[in-house]
Amino acid sequence: MADIKVPSPDELSQIKHSPPLLKGWMSTPTVIKPGTYCYGAQPKNLEAVGFPNARPWNPLDADWKLPDNWKTIIIEGIRERISRFRSFHIFMDICVRCGACADKCHFFIGSGDPKNMPVLRAELLRSVYRREFTTAGKIFRKMVGARDLTEEVVKEWWSYFFQCTECRRCSVFCPYGIDTAEVTIIARELLNLLGLNIDWIAGPVANCFRKGNHLGIEPHAFKDMMDFFLDEIEGITGIRPEPTFNRKGAEILFITPSGDVFADPGTFTCMGYLMLFHQLGLDYTWSTYASEGGNFGFFTSHEMMKRLNSKMYAEAKRLGVKWILGGECGHMWRVVNQYMETMNGPVDFLEEPVSPITGTRFENASVTKMVHLVEFTADLIRNGKLKLDPSRNDHLTVTFHDSCNTARGMGFFEEPRYVLQSVCNNFFEMPEGTIREQTFCCGSGSGLNAGENMELRMRGGFPRANAVKYVQEKHGVNMLANICAIDRAALSTLMEYWAPEVGVTGLHELVANALIIDGEIERTTNLRGEPLGGETEEETEE
Amino acid sequence: MNFISGIILSFITVLVLVFIPFFGMQVANLQFVFGVIIPYAAIVLFLVGVVGRLLLWSFSAVPFRIPTTAGQQKSLPWIKPNKIENPSSAAGVFGRMLLEILLFRSLFRNSTMEFREGPRVTYEWEKWLWLSAILFHYSFAVVLIRHLRFFTQPVPAFVTMLESLDAFMQTGIGPLPGLMLPGMYLSGIILLAAAGYLFLRRVYIPTVRYISLPTDYFPLFLILAIATTGILMRYLLKVDVVGVKELALGLATFHPVVPQGIGVLFYMHLFSVCCLFAYFPFSKLVHLGGVFLSPTRIMANNNRFVRHVNPWNYPVKVHTYDEYEEEFREKMVEAGIPVEKE
Repeated sequence: MADIKVPSPDELSQIKHSPPLLKGWMSTPTVIKPGTYCYGAQPKNLEAVGFPNARPWNPLDADWKLPDNWKTIIIEGIRERISRFRSFHIFMDICVRCGACADKCHFFIGSGDPKNMPVLRAELLRSVYRREFTTAGKIFRKMVGARDLTEEVVKEWWSYFFQCTECRRCSVFCPYGIDTAEVTIIARELLNLLGLNIDWIAGPVANCFRKGNHLGIEPHAFKDMMDFFLDEIEGITGIRPEPTFNRKGAEILFITPSGDVFADPGTFTCMGYLMLFHQLGLDYTWSTYASEGGNFGFFTSHEMMKRLNSKMYAEAKRLGVKWILGGECGHMWRVVNQYMETMNGPVDFLEEPVSPITGTRFENASVTKMVHLVEFTADLIRNGKLKLDPSRNDHLTVTFHDSCNTARGMGFFEEPRYVLQSVCNNFFEMPEGTIREQTFCCGSGSGLNAGENMELRMRGGFPRANAVKYVQEKHGVNMLANICAIDRAALSTLMEYWAPEVGVTGLHELVANALIIDGEIERTTNLRGEPLGGETEEETEE
Repeated sequence: MNFISGIILSFITVLVLVFIPFFGMQVANLQFVFGVIIPYAAIVLFLVGVVGRLLLWSFSAVPFRIPTTAGQQKSLPWIKPNKIENPSSAAGVFGRMLLEILLFRSLFRNSTMEFREGPRVTYEWEKWLWLSAILFHYSFAVVLIRHLRFFTQPVPAFVTMLESLDAFMQTGIGPLPGLMLPGMYLSGIILLAAAGYLFLRRVYIPTVRYISLPTDYFPLFLILAIATTGILMRYLLKVDVVGVKELALGLATFHPVVPQGIGVLFYMHLFSVCCLFAYFPFSKLVHLGGVFLSPTRIMANNNRFVRHVNPWNYPVKVHTYDEYEEEFREKMVEAGIPVEKE
């Protein structure tokens, strides 16, 4: 994998944010540099889902082996999307280049590359739109910011639309709500028409389509991994939860990103889910067919998103559950909140979700019939249904990272903070302008959490890491909590690089550590096998 | 194309445009063309263009509800939602749009990033873009409304009221004494200053300089030219105001007349305005209409409890459970996972 050397933090923080004075961006060629790009999609992964123009190709080669009619494909592709997406259509027309978005992008802040300014990222596509779809662009060309569609342009698109994590931070600041995520989503759709995906997205998509999850975990292996968690939980608490799989007639279907099952520290979050559900005696089931909450189809095309997402409702229907509970994930919740029911609804076979423990009706999910686990837990705590000992987390000083998608594609701010502050005693916010709706991306979202683009990821994650470092120095923060599977994986690497000694945790890992389970043995360690809270002495300052 | 050639190109274009009527008057005596035909043509282009643009946009579908949420969602009853920044109903959207359109809410949020040694990044509130944008748009609106004086007889009360407010430097307002400047309108000066600042920031802020196109400088220069010719006419090189009103009223009542001897400066002013109107629908200036249709702002974040329909939603190829079980049945049975067909 990554034998590409990542520059040291010192080297990487030599960043200039002043673009060249005289040389314009249109005459600046794109350089695709190792460490800042992801490998191209392998043909087998595109063929697995029936995508066109699958072929072996290398982004570093001069010849990308584009199909003969590539230009027509792109132009017709744009035409079709203009009529399908008013967002795209308007965003192509109304930008005034005021520059408010320019320094809002984490990739620009971390790289200084002017083509990473959101406005310019969109101009890469807009310039072609003007040339092909506006009269002024056809006549006046460069004078009105129009340029020809060439192979170089396609390469530039591929490079920069896979340097955007669709985090929407720029769209918060745009006076017209222009959302670069929309532009990137469309641009990636166009690139996919030419077979130009990245393999880190195409692979998980192919896996998810056939095997039910991004990581390609087959059903028996999925259960095996769970068994391993159960062993761990039993060792720590003396209690062995008994989760079920693909069980018909359960009240609730639980779906979470497969990353939680697969790698630390997400696994601890997953153990947290199991412990909480056990304590509640929840009548729920996992599914191996719908074993993925995330949706890399969303990073590919609207159609692929729908194809992968369809499994959630299909499985809920097959199993005859009443409603769906969803785990901690970022883009999963953007999809569930803003797309799912429109794509794959209506859902007349499910019921409006009601918490079997508190009786609370989740009216805000009356149509999708899917509840966020953090909403569910917040409601439990509010109604006093959980016995919690937050002092077990006393060795931690925690800050909270708002995931882009739950922040700006949902508005999920108070629920996780309420839960967090109920299960741990030391909590500090990062500075204003870096949290809530202005939160910074982990730098690895939207399918960019590969190994070969590590330099890019460390650059993109720099603003987030820098804010963490600030509270690390100021308040002694040593744990970064979040509610996103990609965050758990990506932020761990990011912290190691920019803010060593800060760990990363999912929210329900902290919940489970604080949770007092009926009949449990006295716990001596947390889920990571570390000695419990009060036992270390150094953390007594306030 | 770099910023210097962009500026020069736009500047020369505006200069040529402004002086076209000068030659038209001096050389060919084309008062009727510049006083009647071109203004009508410009207005027609403006109206047809803007309406056409809005129609084109409205023909594009809105498949998904994708508001950018900038506040707490509506969820559990004891969590206070932010009804404006994250609207869950039409009323909330209305409030959000009101703030957006009248106060430029999103722009008000603007910050500037400071990258220091350390490295340490900080973000500070940046108000100048917001302030200049607000002043620019409002002063432009006031100037436009003031000009209704020329197109109406009698002049409506709100126009005269606005004028006296605008001219408070002359007459004073409330406790403030007037400076007794001759009919000094604040709006024109502010418009000039704000447009001037908007131009300057394009040149001195490196990132903005880099993204600016000739089509960003052009409308600014054109507006500066309009404001300058207007101010010149009003305060220095007087033109025949009675004649101007006669012409304007004629246009407004569709009985065009061309009074003689208004002065060429007026035609330069009028022609620049015509250029702006005609240019408007085919340029970035259509943001005026676009902002009202922007899906990330005008939609409520209520997709989990109010159904949204995608007009072009089509069936897609999925991998069914049966296909899945077919492939993994043995492994599932062995692992004790229930299957449909043993």
